[in-house]
Amino acid sequence: MLNHPALYLHFWIILISLPNLIVIGLMVLVFILALILPFPRKHVSQGGER
Amino acid sequence: MNFTGKVREQLVRALPPEELLPDEQPAYVHSYVYLFGILTLASFVMLILSGIVLALFGPQWWHISATGHFFNSVHFWSVQAFFFFMVLHLWAQFFMGAWRDGRGLTWVSGAITFVVSIATAFTGYLSQQNFDAQWIAVQGKDAMNAIGIGAFFNLLNFGQMYSFHIFLLPLLVAMLITLHVLQVRWRGVVKPYPLPDEEQGVMEARAKSVGVEPPAEEGES
Amino acid sequence: MKITKQDYYRGVRMAPYDLVKEALIAFAVVLVLVVVFAAVFSSPDEPPLTIRQVAQQTPLTFLNVALGDLDGSGDIASYGPPYNNGTGSVQYLGPISLQEAAGVHIPINTAQDFVLDPLKQLAKIDPRVAVELSAFQAASAAQQSQWETAYGNALAKATAQGSNVMVPAGNYGPVGPLMAALLQMGQSGGLDGFLLTSTHFYQTDYTKPLLFIQGDPLHEKAQALNLLGTQWGMMNETGSWPGQAWLWLYTFWYQIPPYSTSPNGDAYVWVTMAVLTLLLILVPYIPGLNRLPRYLGVYKLIWRDYYRERQTVLRQKGSAR
Repeated sequence: MLNHPALYLHFWIILISLPNLIVIGLMVLVFILALILPFPRKHVSQGGER
Repeated sequence: MNFTGKVREQLVRALPPEELLPDEQPAYVHSYVYLFGILTLASFVMLILSGIVLALFGPQWWHISATGHFFNSVHFWSVQAFFFFMVLHLWAQFFMGAWRDGRGLTWVSGAITFVVSIATAFTGYLSQQNFDAQWIAVQGKDAMNAIGIGAFFNLLNFGQMYSFHIFLLPLLVAMLITLHVLQVRWRGVVKPYPLPDEEQGVMEARAKSVGVEPPAEEGES
Repeated sequence: MKITKQDYYRGVRMAPYDLVKEALIAFAVVLVLVVVFAAVFSSPDEPPLTIRQVAQQTPLTFLNVALGDLDGSGDIASYGPPYNNGTGSVQYLGPISLQEAAGVHIPINTAQDFVLDPLKQLAKIDPRVAVELSAFQAASAAQQSQWETAYGNALAKATAQGSNVMVPAGNYGPVGPLMAALLQMGQSGGLDGFLLTSTHFYQTDYTKPLLFIQGDPLHEKAQALNLLGTQWGMMNETGSWPGQAWLWLYTFWYQIPPYSTSPNGDAYVWVTMAVLTLLLILVPYIPGLNRLPRYLGVYKLIWRDYYRERQTVLRQKGSAR
């Protein structure tokens, strides 16, 4: 449960809550992973070749 | 032929069923970044479904019922998922220069959807009937008043904000998403940036296909 | 340049792609993610602040707000459009004020709406209030002002113990007893109800009760929860839940001058964000910006399989010549 005050981080004029930082961090991580992870090659299972 | 026939002909010509629901895509559609759009759409569907449940029992329900609170939580995390994937989708389309080759309006409709989604989320936060809603309302009112719309879009008027949130704005977002997706279906997925070696070849081919002189230097069309 | 999709894809190698399966998988993934998060982390629901709570827990704050409403010095009393013709919160963009131009469409007279009308209601059942109220309304504006100022000075020295307030004795005329009566009405919860439904049975418009508590009462609670504007509050949620990270740029401007220091801060932020939003929407048509992805080169990662394939094909063509 998250019903307690959040931890806040302060750099320069930036004051950000830990949960928000985690969300943004995850966004960057997921984006980088999407860029670099190899996309699986699909097998042509059914249906004819075009 | 009458209007109906003409409209049908035009629609079918622009988007025949096999283009509306193709079972093949260009082979260059081959990266996980291409999934962010459909993940955004899936999150939107979750928002609508959980929103329907919340609307069924009225705005007070989730404050007094554990089941209600659970559906509010589903709705809350669907919002997080929606913006999470939408922004990733925006980044991906930006890095791909996806507006090229006549796809400017696809980007425009997507960006407008982003902005309208923010407004939809805003009215949602205002509809919570808790402290957060009170705070957002009284803070936000100064900004609305500053540009002269505070009386016409009154953040302190729960009824108005709720109507915008559960009906007017989701309808607008749904229409914008439809327009956006239809444009992708209509124009196809943008090609990769040409390799330097084949750059000139591509420009010449494009120019030939529309009967104009190829541009002297590299440019986006 | 109208090229059909068939023309566009001519010569392009196609591959099987199951859109419907992809959509179903995406939906299942999001469904599971969201349901799990909802079950594990729940969602915030900080209870709203009521006028009764303000009156009971911070009675001095309540009295200061009420006095400001009565004597016209309060935030809303002097605000300006759309509530009244004050100038306290009117914002300008250069010489133009859209706020002024829009005019007063939600008329609020804080002295009447927040103080005197509730007291009139109370006067119907409490004859002492009726007497004090008559005395107040019969007095001249100058006399009323004198009482209000004296009471205000006393409030600055007043102390509170729980929900009880000790105001130093002095000559405040009927203002003292009237404020005390209003405090009692607040503490009973009667003011919440009165401000909301005094003119309509059915009501969904919380303008009046919210404007009553919009100053110090809500600010004090918000500060404790890190939701103030100067704390990047717009991005934040109560508790430890994630907030609205997508508002980062909108709230950023409020942290730096001139937005943070100017009385027209909100108007300036709106204009800035309107321009930036327009730029975002029009990226495809902005020279330079629309070529940025080409220079950044992230696309090389996205299409690396395709480029590898093309290099092979081109090399084969080259060697075949």
